[in-house]
Amino acid sequence: MADPREVWITGIGLLSCLGETLDAHWQQLHQPSTADTTSFAPYVVHPAVKVDFDKQIPKKGDQRQMETWQRMGVYAAGLALDSAGLKGNAELLSEMDMIVAAGAGERDTNVDLSILDGLRHAESREAYLNQRLLNDLRPTLFLAQLANLMAGNISIVHGVTGSSRTFMGEEAAGVDSVRVARARIAAGQSRLSLAGAANYAERWDILLPYALGRTLTHDQHRRVWERPGAAGGMELGSTAAFLVLEEKQHALDRGAKPIARLASIESDQVRRTSGAITERLERMWSGIAAKVKPDNAAILSGASGIAGVTEEERAFLARHPGLAVRATGTHLGHAPETQFPANIALAAAAIQHGRLYPACDGSGMERPMDARLRQVVVTGVGHRRGESLALVEAVG
Amino acid sequence: MAKTDHAGRPIVVVTGMGVVTSLGAGREDNWRKLTAGESGVREIARFSTEGMKTRIAGTVDFVPLEQQISADLSERLAEIAAEEAIAQSGIGKRSDFPGPLFMAVAPIELEWEQREALVRGSGANESLGYSDILRTAETGRFHDFYERVLFGSLAEHIAERFGTKGSPISLQTACASGATAIQLGVEAIRRLETDAALCVATDGSVNREALVRFSLLSALSTSNHPAHAASRPFSKNRDGFVMAEGAGVLVLENLATAQARGATILGVIDGCGELADSFHRTRSSPDGKPIIGCMRRALSDAGLEPDEIDYINPHGTSTPENDKMEYLGVSAIFGERAHGIPISSNKSMIGHTLSAAGAIEAVFSLLTLEHQRLPPTINYEIPDPAIPLDVVPNKARDARVTHVLSNSFGFGGQNASLVMSREPR
Repeated sequence: MADPREVWITGIGLLSCLGETLDAHWQQLHQPSTADTTSFAPYVVHPAVKVDFDKQIPKKGDQRQMETWQRMGVYAAGLALDSAGLKGNAELLSEMDMIVAAGAGERDTNVDLSILDGLRHAESREAYLNQRLLNDLRPTLFLAQLANLMAGNISIVHGVTGSSRTFMGEEAAGVDSVRVARARIAAGQSRLSLAGAANYAERWDILLPYALGRTLTHDQHRRVWERPGAAGGMELGSTAAFLVLEEKQHALDRGAKPIARLASIESDQVRRTSGAITERLERMWSGIAAKVKPDNAAILSGASGIAGVTEEERAFLARHPGLAVRATGTHLGHAPETQFPANIALAAAAIQHGRLYPACDGSGMERPMDARLRQVVVTGVGHRRGESLALVEAVG
Repeated sequence: MAKTDHAGRPIVVVTGMGVVTSLGAGREDNWRKLTAGESGVREIARFSTEGMKTRIAGTVDFVPLEQQISADLSERLAEIAAEEAIAQSGIGKRSDFPGPLFMAVAPIELEWEQREALVRGSGANESLGYSDILRTAETGRFHDFYERVLFGSLAEHIAERFGTKGSPISLQTACASGATAIQLGVEAIRRLETDAALCVATDGSVNREALVRFSLLSALSTSNHPAHAASRPFSKNRDGFVMAEGAGVLVLENLATAQARGATILGVIDGCGELADSFHRTRSSPDGKPIIGCMRRALSDAGLEPDEIDYINPHGTSTPENDKMEYLGVSAIFGERAHGIPISSNKSMIGHTLSAAGAIEAVFSLLTLEHQRLPPTINYEIPDPAIPLDVVPNKARDARVTHVLSNSFGFGGQNASLVMSREPR
């Protein structure tokens, strides 16, 4: 095999509670963190800024075929293609590969509730359920629920058709979508790839599975590192993040500028016995330790705030006191599939600015960093499963 | 024998296969029934189909479950097929598979029984609100539902059971999912990331709501009587696909390391092709370009010319649209030969196993190569004059088969094709 090819990030699309441009995100990371504690009380959510979907999804007919998670994803994918200078380049888009990480589709909660209500009084449960489902489900909603239809809509709206794969499985799906896209480019199996995800948090039916697991915080916005002390838990966020990954030579040939280099991504899934997460992150660290120059490096953590899990990550971070740490979940909330691609995007933004954003933490975990920033290590520890570590670097 | 292919990449071989369908569990049972032209499609007994236009499916009813939950069935089917495949390959040690897991799974949602349990648990009287359901959820009494509804749960259980390495990948590319799982395994071996991969595709999702959803898209056959005659790929009177369940599993290995451990080589995955369609969410581009491009890419990845393919395992769903478009695609690639090259649809017997179809049909393609016998397209009574193909009508027959092309096309513009051979070249 030839030497691995260098993989550049040449486009970023990011939409979250912090804004819809990379600049807006950068500015907002300098402000105190906030969240919405009332709309979905007792849960705390980080609602995405309102955007004009027409800007990236011009046909209303296309928008009507999607629910919000898909619109957000297609929107962010469009932003990423714009930022890479690829929008409308039919030739390159038709060869572009795509890996999307998808979460749960949205349901019609009014229909669900009405059926559940009726079922309590129905004479024949089965006959009633059949009749209501046949009458009340809409075909368009089914399409809006299909996991692979975010990718399908990106193909339709933006013309990305080289290949289309959808991964599922919460945080790990987000990590592996970027990892596999990167690995394919490094090995010469692909030259240009779109990878990313979207989560929409502002819905009761999206909150429900996480409520069943009692994984959500209540009542009050807390910064990530302060949560385990207060029983722990997640504040879900509405976030969409897409990255354009490109082989270095391919980017040079078309005159595209790198935002950063995606030097490595490792992912794994350990049995979560006590200490296992810490140990596995440490083992992954040993794979990149030789490359990291601590004076000019920092760590962006995707910690979810779940008790136990976040302490394990913290124990790993404590072994590397030379590196400043930031948990982006404090600002963004936690968007399971999207957390990792979003953090790669924010790592690239920080590298572009050559510095880290201010600490936002009262637990002593985050401390100031003034030195020039050249490298960012990104952690991705799933709230229930999946561990990962990536290295993003400045080019040149 | 060369250890690398025409492009200098490791040759990827199959050393283990496992399959479960409505016909039964295991390669032998399935192959015997498939070549006897038996159908696994039957009237749905799992739930009442009162008021529904479609009342049939290729359900797997012989696997005992504690409760009838789609994700539980999918997981169990995957386990049975993986057990068989790993046993055949003899790879690794027990519960210590030396490579990653690529797993096609249907999306998971709470089921109606579970939602009703939450409502009952809430004790809500008159007006029911979502807050009642969430309040019940917060009691923690339904923690099991949380564990089950996480998408990563299925693959994690399979990964733990068989001891696969690294982060297991769960994927979903609609009806192409099974082929995508295999493609991801092939790519990982070609990248030299691993010498082996466990590629699993499973679908146990014949439930009430799924049946209604596909019905609403007018995708399903409504020819309920007799059930076994409903799936009629390439026939003039075909009227939709038949939902079905099953699992297919392949153990893929790098030829060099497979030979080094003395493994029996069951077949070769020569090439994978993929091309997304941007025309429509549920319909394929009328010019057929994406599916033509998909098959071309698979052939080119395999380093083969269309002339070298001597059997096609089509997507062949029995929907008016798919079979017409697939014929268009096949005739564009194979020209005059399209009318003579045998092309038979397993779905005529096992129905459309959705997320599992690509892998189940890859197993059947490899069995076709092994036995040098073509399974038939059953229920082929009224040929469609617009689709003049040799569909191996109704009866299996012997044939010389060296290279097979297998197609999987799905909603959302998902197209994937695989090229398989009996032996390394």
